[in-house]
Amino acid sequence: MGAMANFRKSIIFSVFFFFSMLLVKTSSSSPPSSNLQILTAERRIDLTSHIVRVYLTLKVENTGEAPAAEVLLAFPPAQFDHLALVKAAATVGKKKKKSYLPLEVNPSDHPDAPNGTKYYSISLLKPLAKDESITLEIHYILTHSLEPFPAEISQSESQLVYYHDSAVILSPYQIKQQASMVKTPTSKVESFTRVEPTDRSGTELRYGPYEDRHPYSYSPVIIHLENNNAFAVVEELEREIEISHWGSVQVTEHYNLAHAGARHRGIFSRVEYQSRPSISGVSSFKHLLAELPPRVHSVYYRDDIGNISSSRLRTNSKKSELLIEPRYPLFGGWKATFVIGYGVPLQDFLFESDDGSRYLNYTFGCPLSETVVDKLTIKVVLPEGSKNPSVKAPFTVEHSLETKYSYLDVIGRTVVVLEKKNVVPEHNVPFQVFYNFNPMFMLAEPLMLVSAFSLFF
Amino acid sequence: MAALETPQPSTLRHAFGNVLSIFVLLLIGVFAFSIRLFSVIKYESVIHEFDPYFNYRVTQFLTKNGIYDFWNWFDDRTWYPLGRVIGGTVYPGLTLTAGTLWRILNTLNIPLSVETVCVFTAPIFSAFASWATYLLTKEVKGVGAGLTAAALLAMVPSYISRSVAGSYDNEAVAIFALIFTFYLYIKALNTGSLFYATLNAIAYFYMVCSWGGYTFIINLIPMHVLLCIVTGRYSSRLYIAYAPLVVLGTLLASLVPVVGFNAVMTSEHFASFLVFIIIHVVALVYYIKGMISPQMFKVAVTLVVSVGLIVCGAVLAVLIALVASSPTKGWSGRSLSLLDPTYASKYIPIIASVSEHQPPTWPSYFMDINVLAFLVPAGIIACFLPLSDASSFAVLYIATSVYFSGVMVRLMLVLAPAACIMSGIALSEAFGVFTRSIKFQLPGVSQNSPVNAGDAGNVMQNDVVKTEKSEDSLKERPSRKNKKKEKDKVERASVVPQIEKRLLVLPLEASIIAIFLLVLLGAFYVVHCVWAAAEAYSAPSIVLTSRSHDGLHVFDDFREAYGWLRHNTEVDDKVASWWDYGYQTTAMANRTVIVDNNTWNNTHIATVGTAMSSPEKAAWEIFNSLDVKYVLVVFGGLVGYPSDDINKFLWMVRIGGGVFPHIKEPDYLRDGQYRIDSQATPTMLNCLMYKLSYYRFVETDGKGFDRVRNTEIGKKYFKLTHFEEVFTTHHWMVRIYKLKPPKNRIRGKTKKAKSKASSKRSGTPKKNPWH
Repeated sequence: MGAMANFRKSIIFSVFFFFSMLLVKTSSSSPPSSNLQILTAERRIDLTSHIVRVYLTLKVENTGEAPAAEVLLAFPPAQFDHLALVKAAATVGKKKKKSYLPLEVNPSDHPDAPNGTKYYSISLLKPLAKDESITLEIHYILTHSLEPFPAEISQSESQLVYYHDSAVILSPYQIKQQASMVKTPTSKVESFTRVEPTDRSGTELRYGPYEDRHPYSYSPVIIHLENNNAFAVVEELEREIEISHWGSVQVTEHYNLAHAGARHRGIFSRVEYQSRPSISGVSSFKHLLAELPPRVHSVYYRDDIGNISSSRLRTNSKKSELLIEPRYPLFGGWKATFVIGYGVPLQDFLFESDDGSRYLNYTFGCPLSETVVDKLTIKVVLPEGSKNPSVKAPFTVEHSLETKYSYLDVIGRTVVVLEKKNVVPEHNVPFQVFYNFNPMFMLAEPLMLVSAFSLFF
Repeated sequence: MAALETPQPSTLRHAFGNVLSIFVLLLIGVFAFSIRLFSVIKYESVIHEFDPYFNYRVTQFLTKNGIYDFWNWFDDRTWYPLGRVIGGTVYPGLTLTAGTLWRILNTLNIPLSVETVCVFTAPIFSAFASWATYLLTKEVKGVGAGLTAAALLAMVPSYISRSVAGSYDNEAVAIFALIFTFYLYIKALNTGSLFYATLNAIAYFYMVCSWGGYTFIINLIPMHVLLCIVTGRYSSRLYIAYAPLVVLGTLLASLVPVVGFNAVMTSEHFASFLVFIIIHVVALVYYIKGMISPQMFKVAVTLVVSVGLIVCGAVLAVLIALVASSPTKGWSGRSLSLLDPTYASKYIPIIASVSEHQPPTWPSYFMDINVLAFLVPAGIIACFLPLSDASSFAVLYIATSVYFSGVMVRLMLVLAPAACIMSGIALSEAFGVFTRSIKFQLPGVSQNSPVNAGDAGNVMQNDVVKTEKSEDSLKERPSRKNKKKEKDKVERASVVPQIEKRLLVLPLEASIIAIFLLVLLGAFYVVHCVWAAAEAYSAPSIVLTSRSHDGLHVFDDFREAYGWLRHNTEVDDKVASWWDYGYQTTAMANRTVIVDNNTWNNTHIATVGTAMSSPEKAAWEIFNSLDVKYVLVVFGGLVGYPSDDINKFLWMVRIGGGVFPHIKEPDYLRDGQYRIDSQATPTMLNCLMYKLSYYRFVETDGKGFDRVRNTEIGKKYFKLTHFEEVFTTHHWMVRIYKLKPPKNRIRGKTKKAKSKASSKRSGTPKKNPWH
């Protein structure tokens, strides 16, 4: 416990430190320093699902006199809006003993940026002195960035999408040497823009190497490729996590699911869908996999007109897998709503910190695999009589409080509401909600029932 | 209570008997509730069938928008383009009950969903109904009979079929209201208390709110009053029980929008007014009789009768002329088909097409009321020993309800409580006789009790025996009370039963065997009821299951289709289907329908029937003129679901042909036989229903074998020109088609031009498909 407290204190301290640093930086609002330059840059774009994942390796060198404490990442405005997550890490050590130190990344604002370029700034652990260099591993995720073209397809066609990007990496710094690799789901690529040298083999497309590109170089490319993966988008997800100190955490998740790929056009023929599954409706999907916590119990899957009988649950000690099938297969543009609910044992998720307060440690994000959530609302319903709720999440979320009345409540339960837009599976990391609770409140409702019952006699 | 008022040596025993009977009643209530939960346990907590979906939708509206909006609700999502005034055409009792229940629960912070409340309304009210039966039968024949009748009613299959969890229909609360109204009437009749008479009017009001079957009450009670007058049983109690009911009841009934002025204007209510007049005349006669001497009375009678007859004749003639001037003689179609069982099939095919409006078969009597059918005659005999006002009412009730149930299978529901009351009386009297004979022949209790405990294994029978004993004194109490008020009731109060008891002594062995057989009969009834509740009446009918060698198979196609419509069509799209699916489509798919299960506009239904039985182009024109975007058909041929649209199709033809004479039923029949195989008529094979049902069906198995009709279909390969398939469910049970948009007028020209162009360009490379 003591060690843990120390650890937590240090985390809080470091978070505080970063925030204060950030404050200093943003208030100064200095234009991007051009003292830095990038020696080598390698970018790998993964287009195999409908979530675009980009891995960027930069080797940054400081050529100027002043030490640099932050490195800027530039994004075109169209991409910036679709960014779900940006993570950065510094590589430490040589080949064998390589390790990664996570770095703080925050959006930063520079009004004088050319063509509306947007920035993220990576705060280095220690400022980069003159002629020093550092290797950064950056991972960012784009959603809704594959544009179906044609926008409408019939049942027998497969789905083709456009991906827009630049052949050279957009950066406020000069890049000495760079290359980009694009990985496509199948070897079927209808067309792609050539920016020599460009090379294509199998499912990989290679742009570069390019030498000595100036800051803000940009050469747009369009790749037209086949992607028949499930474009499963949850337009709105509301997860309600209700804590009962009587031994269970009840989770209810309301989904508004849509197929965000190319819209389905014309007829839907069941006979073709059933008899020729390899040709017919290849871009549609009929089931999704939800990963639930282990020891999950009383799982249900229904919608507003009743139970949906097509689901399978597999449990083991590590995790539970729930395979859900919506009432009908989802073709492009089709929608479905449903509710998944389950209970998990309290002791797996509720802990007591040493200052006497309790905290819920639960996974953020959406349990469905490879799904984008446009708007996620998490409501943590604390037991009646809890006080001083506070939230700790590994990324910025909006939170607010409201009150809910559940079974036989008198004063109502405090609900901590967390909201986040554009959530991807990488957001499935634990978050904590702290609160104070007096166990005497547990007895309030049973006592109320007993006294009401005895009133009759 | 009884024990407190009349200090007797066995005070403690009576108190014990009362506590026991309350406990037994509680158990009966719990049992009535829980036997109806099979559907939730075997399937899920969901609304069943068709009509309950409408009630559920109305309840949702009520809870969301409040009562005033509910009264003024004009529903534009149904009967497009006419719409329907819901507030004025619906019996609001059920929805108001469930809505109030929901509101109370929510103010107590018990956040149950509206659906949950709706699902469990019927089981809750069946518990109430069995308690009401207890009260009614207690008034007729005492506590023992009451408890037996309540237990029988709690599990009578006929009632279970309408009140399982999820069966959220008017009958669910109406049966309770019916029995309770009868109880209050009998109570008012027995006590002569104005308090109960007022309560009776209120209960009647609740019944009017709940169900169209209230006309049964307002005809049965006058009949009973008339019977009492004719048999010389007129008393001031009868007057008090009846007159307030007519005045207050009619006033209250006309407050219900759906009844309104019908409460005084239609023929269904005339009997009550006529008897109302008669009872006043009789009351006047009795009053005058008490005042003047017999000789004067005779003179007065002749005078009054001669003048009165002339006046009455004149009034009656005017009334008859008025009534006869209306085409249906002031009766609604459903009432007429009750009075004349052949009426509906002759004139209103839409009433005749509903399976629950058909006359029942003999097996359905056995299925629905089981052993009660054999016990009822015994009960009727018991009611005549001795005949009281209350027991004559019970006899009248059973007699009329037997007739009604014989006309319409649906009204078996009205018979069920009557049968339970009668059987309860019969069983309880029989047990009374047998146990008494055992008791009289074996003064040594030591041998008696083990026999009793031995064979009366289940609790119910034991209680009956015990409460039977306490009943004697309870029965004496009201009669003793009445002795002070009424003189004419004395004869049959306490002395006669005592003598009878001594006479009705049977041989010991015979009694023991008879008791054993009765217990066996009861056990058989219980087994049958539980089986019926579990197997026969619990299926929600929107989700079907079948058991095969590889486990349970679920057919959830209806909800699949409704779910698809709900999420993947525009909010304002209109969906045409046969009226059976109207309520479900509005409730589950939330889309506007053309016709629904509230079959108020025959022409509109006939239009849809005509479209379904027309060839494609004509059908398209009809549907297009109705602004329809999607057509939904139910097809069971792939999985063998028998109640699909092809099997209902002849009704569509009949109803359509009733309004639009160009649709002729013989065109669809080959030598009077309805068939869809290669022998079928071309009209049949080209009608829309056939085409939409069997479109591309042949591609599933190569032959097009229909598993419902057990034949290969007649026309296998055809194309649709004006409709396109947009959705078919997993088991093909629901197929949804979209109307193709109208073609451009210059189509003929472009077609020619196109064919020329294509022949010229045949060698040219492919066009860019993205243009």
